[in-house]
Amino acid sequence: MVAVVDYGVGNLFSLCSSLSAIGAEAVVTDDPALLAVADRIILPGVGAFGDAANKLRERGLFDVLRDLAAAGKPLLGICLGMQLLFEKGYEYGEHEGLGLIRGSVRPIAEVIPADLKIPHIGWNALHFTGEKSPIFRYLDEGDFVYFVHSFYGQNDDGSVIATSDYGAPLTAAVGRDNVFGCQFHPEKSGEVGLKILKAFCEV
Amino acid sequence: MITKRIIPCLDVRDGRVVKGVNFEGLSDVSSPVELARYYSDRGADELVFYDITASSEGRRLFTDILCEVAKTIFIPLTVGGGINTLDDFDRVLKCGADKVSVNSGAIRNPALIGEAAKRYGDQCVVLSVDVKRVDGQFHVFAKGGREDTGMEAIEWIRRGVSSGAGEIVVNSIDTDGVKRGFDLEMLQKVCDSVDVPVIASGGAGCIDHFTTLFQTLPRVDAGLAASIFHFGEVKIEDLKRELLKNGIPMRI
Repeated sequence: MVAVVDYGVGNLFSLCSSLSAIGAEAVVTDDPALLAVADRIILPGVGAFGDAANKLRERGLFDVLRDLAAAGKPLLGICLGMQLLFEKGYEYGEHEGLGLIRGSVRPIAEVIPADLKIPHIGWNALHFTGEKSPIFRYLDEGDFVYFVHSFYGQNDDGSVIATSDYGAPLTAAVGRDNVFGCQFHPEKSGEVGLKILKAFCEV
Repeated sequence: MITKRIIPCLDVRDGRVVKGVNFEGLSDVSSPVELARYYSDRGADELVFYDITASSEGRRLFTDILCEVAKTIFIPLTVGGGINTLDDFDRVLKCGADKVSVNSGAIRNPALIGEAAKRYGDQCVVLSVDVKRVDGQFHVFAKGGREDTGMEAIEWIRRGVSSGAGEIVVNSIDTDGVKRGFDLEMLQKVCDSVDVPVIASGGAGCIDHFTTLFQTLPRVDAGLAASIFHFGEVKIEDLKRELLKNGIPMRI
C-alpha cells in the first residue's frame, strides 16, 4: 500500500488516479499509524514552502516522516514535496525543511538568464546524472516530463539524479538511499510519469 | 530545453464534444474521454476543455466527464467556460483540472483573477482573451466574441497578469476560422507586454502556420487549435515532427 500524505496542500485527484492506473493501492492519509504500516510514502504538494512546512508540523508529521525515512521506508516527494525534503527553503523568508536531502531550495531566478520566463512551466527533457536511479529504471535519457516551478533544490553531495536545462541545469530529481524527489509532476507526465511511479512502487 | 506546446481544444456541450469529428479507430467520435485519449496518445502536450453548456444539468455532466478524463489521461488539463466564481474553480479542480481559464467571468468581475491566484496559485489561473480590431485598436470582446467591451486588449492583459494570471490565451477573432495563419501582429504586442507564457489561438489552417508562429515569435509558448485537429486536416504527430525538423523544440 502507498500512503499519499494528506496535509491540506494541493489536489491529489490526479496523483491517486495515476497510482490506480499502474495498479497500486493508494491511501490518502495524515494518520501516522497508517504511514507507519504503508509500504511506501508519497509526499505531494503545491504552494509555498513555509506554509507547507508549517502544515506538516501542525499535523505532527515532520518527525514522523523523518523517522520513517531514517528507518528505510521508501519516500517520494513530488514538486513542493521534493523541495520539503531539503534542509532549508528560501521562499518568502527562511524555512526549515525535513533535512533528508542536503542543501536548500532557492529561486530559479538566481541561476537562469533574465529573459527566460518564470515559472519554468511545460515539458522538459530529463538528463540523468551519475548512475541511473532505480526510479528511472524504465526511462531513457532525454525523456520528457512536465514542470511547474519557480524554485529549485540546490545540492552539493551528489544527491541530484537528474537535471533539466532551462538556461541552466536545474535539479529535476533527487535520490539518496530510500528517499527520492521529483521537481516535475509524474502524475502529469503521461506514460513517462507512470513509469516513474511504477518504478518507485518497486523500490 | 523546454519545448513549445501543442494544445487541442475540445468544446463540450451536455457532456459531448461538439463539432462532429471523424477519426479512424475512434468508435465514439463525440466522447470527450475517447477523444482526449486519442490526442494524448498522439502527442498533445496539454488539453483544453471548454464547457459551452448553459444548463446546470449540463454543468454536472461536464464535471462527471472531466473526472472520467482525468482518471485516464495524465497530461495537463485546462478547463474553461462558465467560470464566474471561486466555487467554479473549486468544482473543476476537484475533478482533476490543473488550470482554469477565465474569460467573461473575469471581465464581469476582475477581482476573480486575484482571488483565484491567491487561493490556487498563479500557475492555476489562465486568462483567456478574445481580441478583435476596432478602429485600429485591439478591443477585448466578451460572451464568446459577441460583445465589444470597449476595453483595450493589451491594457486588460497586463492588468490580468499583474493580478495573478499565470498564462494568457490570446484568441484573435479577426483570424479565427479564416485559416490563413495566426495573428502575428497582435501576438507580438502581447508577447512584448507580459512575461508569463502566451498561448496563441485563432487562425491555424496548416502546419506551416505553426512553423511561422514559433519562428517569428520565439516568446510564444504554445499553439492552440480546434477544428484542424478535429477534422484531421493536421495530425498532431505530423505537426510536431515537422516543427522539430524546423528547429523548434518539441516533445516527441
